[in-house]
Amino acid sequence: MELTNDIIKQRLAEKFGDQVSRFEETYGMLSFEAPKELNLKVLQFLFDDEVLQFRFLTDLCAVNYPDDKGRELAVVYHLHNLVNNVRLRFKVFTPVETPDVFSATAIHAGANWMERETYDFFGVNFVGHPNLKRILNVDEMDYFPLRKEYPLEDQTRIDKDDAMFGR
Amino acid sequence: MARPVQYNVKNEGGKPIQVVGAPEGFSGEGFFTAKLSDVVGLARKNSIWPLPFATSCCGIEFMATMASHYDLSRFGAERVGFSPRQCDLLMVMGTIAKKMGPVVRQVYLQMAEPRWVLSVGACASSGGIFDTYSVLQGIDQIIPVDVYVPGCPPRPEAIIDGFMKIQELVGKESIRRRNGEQYKQLMESYGIQ
Repeated sequence: MELTNDIIKQRLAEKFGDQVSRFEETYGMLSFEAPKELNLKVLQFLFDDEVLQFRFLTDLCAVNYPDDKGRELAVVYHLHNLVNNVRLRFKVFTPVETPDVFSATAIHAGANWMERETYDFFGVNFVGHPNLKRILNVDEMDYFPLRKEYPLEDQTRIDKDDAMFGR
Repeated sequence: MARPVQYNVKNEGGKPIQVVGAPEGFSGEGFFTAKLSDVVGLARKNSIWPLPFATSCCGIEFMATMASHYDLSRFGAERVGFSPRQCDLLMVMGTIAKKMGPVVRQVYLQMAEPRWVLSVGACASSGGIFDTYSVLQGIDQIIPVDVYVPGCPPRPEAIIDGFMKIQELVGKESIRRRNGEQYKQLMESYGIQ
């Protein structure tokens, strides 16, 4: 039997009821949202369930929505069912003041570096991560560059005259 | 039609072959005197060992520069060393990320005096198009640079031009310059002993 988005939706709804929400199918790919406290429960269910079998974490990243108060940071899990070749996206949202999300390293070992990267660029604090420190940027960096509160250009430059750049 | 090989070997085209001239001096029967610094400069400038530090597309242009068509060995620089301790010229080619900065500096520190630095391309010289949080805005923030080659990436001709400018510097440099007050101040300003 083919694993369709409807079946996934149905099984999630059976297990979690109203707590999984905002189902979307952009270009045929299912995406949904859950409260951040439930992220490990949902991931574990998706992993263990006989039908769903989402056992491969393709990617883990964050998105910053500075205007969405209380939901500024989204952590997105891209999951892949390798048996049926079905993919989905699972999102949890967290306020930027308390960016604490449970670490998925216990379920997906591959989440280790991806969570470090997400921490590095967005400052999401993955609770329970074994080694949460910067992975790509310089260790001395004291901010999270991909949050939309910083100018894109390097502010340490002293040789740039704004007048020459039309500003 | 391709030129026969003997054209290059026997110079049948009759083109003048440039040979490095002797330094200014006084010669007589069986002897020749010149300034030691001239002789040393002449030797140094025609036997520069480059250390390529290639991180991106400028490095590809450098490969062309080293290959047979442009052939950097014509300038006495065919011996590309990959140990900084043997080399005279650090050629930084490509984008240097801030995280790479300490590595470039370490390589520079490991080189023995006298040493020169050639910064090839927009990225190494100024950060280029990468005006962003992760990229060093010019390697001259961490090490002193002798010659900058502009371009994105510069053609091999431009790299050779930069290299010849370095040769000029090397040939004219006083032997004592590296003990000079000015040089010490320069090193001091970079925090290098």
